[in-house]
Amino acid sequence: MNPFHKYISRRVIFAVISVIAIISFDFFLFRLMPGNPILLDYRSPALTKTQIETLSKQFGLNLPLWQQYFLFMKNTFEGNFGISIFYHQSVSSIIFPALENSLILLVPATILAIILGILTGKLAAWRRGTSVDSAVTGGSMALYSIPTFWLGGIFILLAIKTKTFPVSGMYTIGEVFSSPVAEFADLLDHLILPLATLTLVLYGQFTIIMRNSLIDVLQEDFINFAKSKGASDSYVLNKHAVPNAELPMISIIAVNLGLTVGGAILTETVFSWPGIGFLIYSAINARDYPVLEAAFVIVAIVIVLANIIADIMYSYLDPRIRYQ
Amino acid sequence: MTEEFSPWREFLSNKKAVAGLVIVLFFTFLAILAPIVSPYNPDTTNPSLFLSPPSKAHLLGTNTLGQDLLSRDIYGAQISLIVGISAGAVAVVIGLIAGLISGYMGGAIDEIIMRIVDFFLVIPALVFMIIIAALLGPSLVNVIMVIGLLSWAPTARIIRSMVLSLKEWPFVESAKANNAGKFYIMFTHIFPNVTSVLYGNTMLAISGAIFTQAALVFLGVGNVNSISWGGIIREAYTSGALTAGDFAYVVPPGVFIFALIFGFIMMGFAIEEIMNPRLRSIRE
Repeated sequence: MNPFHKYISRRVIFAVISVIAIISFDFFLFRLMPGNPILLDYRSPALTKTQIETLSKQFGLNLPLWQQYFLFMKNTFEGNFGISIFYHQSVSSIIFPALENSLILLVPATILAIILGILTGKLAAWRRGTSVDSAVTGGSMALYSIPTFWLGGIFILLAIKTKTFPVSGMYTIGEVFSSPVAEFADLLDHLILPLATLTLVLYGQFTIIMRNSLIDVLQEDFINFAKSKGASDSYVLNKHAVPNAELPMISIIAVNLGLTVGGAILTETVFSWPGIGFLIYSAINARDYPVLEAAFVIVAIVIVLANIIADIMYSYLDPRIRYQ
Repeated sequence: MTEEFSPWREFLSNKKAVAGLVIVLFFTFLAILAPIVSPYNPDTTNPSLFLSPPSKAHLLGTNTLGQDLLSRDIYGAQISLIVGISAGAVAVVIGLIAGLISGYMGGAIDEIIMRIVDFFLVIPALVFMIIIAALLGPSLVNVIMVIGLLSWAPTARIIRSMVLSLKEWPFVESAKANNAGKFYIMFTHIFPNVTSVLYGNTMLAISGAIFTQAALVFLGVGNVNSISWGGIIREAYTSGALTAGDFAYVVPPGVFIFALIFGFIMMGFAIEEIMNPRLRSIRE
């Protein structure tokens, strides 16, 4: 097997083990909780013993724990997450639309933050030690320190004062749209504030990562060599330095995806954006455990998958890994 | 270099480090002196002062129970510092031990520990914490343990990479030749050489824990019964003070969280800069 395939297959095996570990953890964590799920679900004192037994049988709760475990594993892989205690419909019919809504917010915010981070990080690294550098680094550290849920709140305050943007939800409630264009415009209107919040809190860390990895690269011999050949500053920066600094960025971004998701959860909660984060928040308050269990597994699997993609991209772009 | 390198002198001549230190000391004194400096008992309720706006008597107004918000903002420093420092310490100690063992032992032990580290780096920690904290119920110790036990992976990774190069050094070879035990070498010979990185890392771990604690309380899990900045922001949302445009309710606790995190982060980055000469800014 060539080293590239070997590397990738190792990562895939690790991802599969991670997913199994996540599902197992999910199973045992929720099994440790006190209380009988049937009583919790129906919350009726009129429930007779026979009814409880029938329901336990229906949900497989009379089976030994190991059988329940394998059943749970099988159901999870089939996308069957049970029934929501709060909504009384299948969890998967709630969770997948929410995942889609989350991505509508998360993907543009991450891309925007990365692009801005690369631009300002480049500027700071190139003007290292100057006031430009201090301003960019200081500003990024400040953005990195702002509590997401508070920044969102400040935007809400200002938007209500100035009556500019809607502060909650994804579409205007009760509105009937005359055309898909009008619907999209309404979506964009609702997207502005959550997008701005999430982009700003993510942007700071990307700037710092880009600056530091670029500073490392700028001290390599090949940079001095390019300069001594008489190449212009912008040529050295864009053709020699930046491509080499982008590599470590890919892996750091992938590793930080968990943090990015954390930011998205808080942003969704603040703006009642109907994604997975807001769903988790509502599920906690409604004690809707099936939804919580499923949300946890789905988010974790999405992140494991994203990491695999980043690993493959990284090893493809970096010949040192491909031919090791 | 003519002068001897003194980390402490470098630290005090670094603007970021000093600014961070001043901020952290300010909040530490605020937390300790809270009973003296706050104008009211933060728990005293007054039904006639429901969500009153800022006034001479109550500079930042009151909450739905008529409790003085300025006093609650001052007391909030206590929980942030207690949780931040304790959870940060838990994370750093576990990360340090895991990193030392993983890097020094190598082989299968290293492989297993590093895969566990990868696992903890990849999983969405906040989702994990929300669920565990919600299941465990509100308690200060629970929050500290949940944050600490789920935040040690970055430290372990950095320490391991340092140990990998340190263990090839002659001083380790000579200790081995003298029949020193593995754990003896790890803790007396290698550990002192990773402390520099550990300091910077501890600051970042503390800042992360302060953020997470506030976020958890904001979401309604964790130690929701203690006075905390995250809790005050949550109340501002749920009581409608936010949508009513009450700046005095929302702005101060957020600024305090921001400032304290910023203080720890500045110290962390400054220590990293001092210890890693490649990142040190060029001085004329």
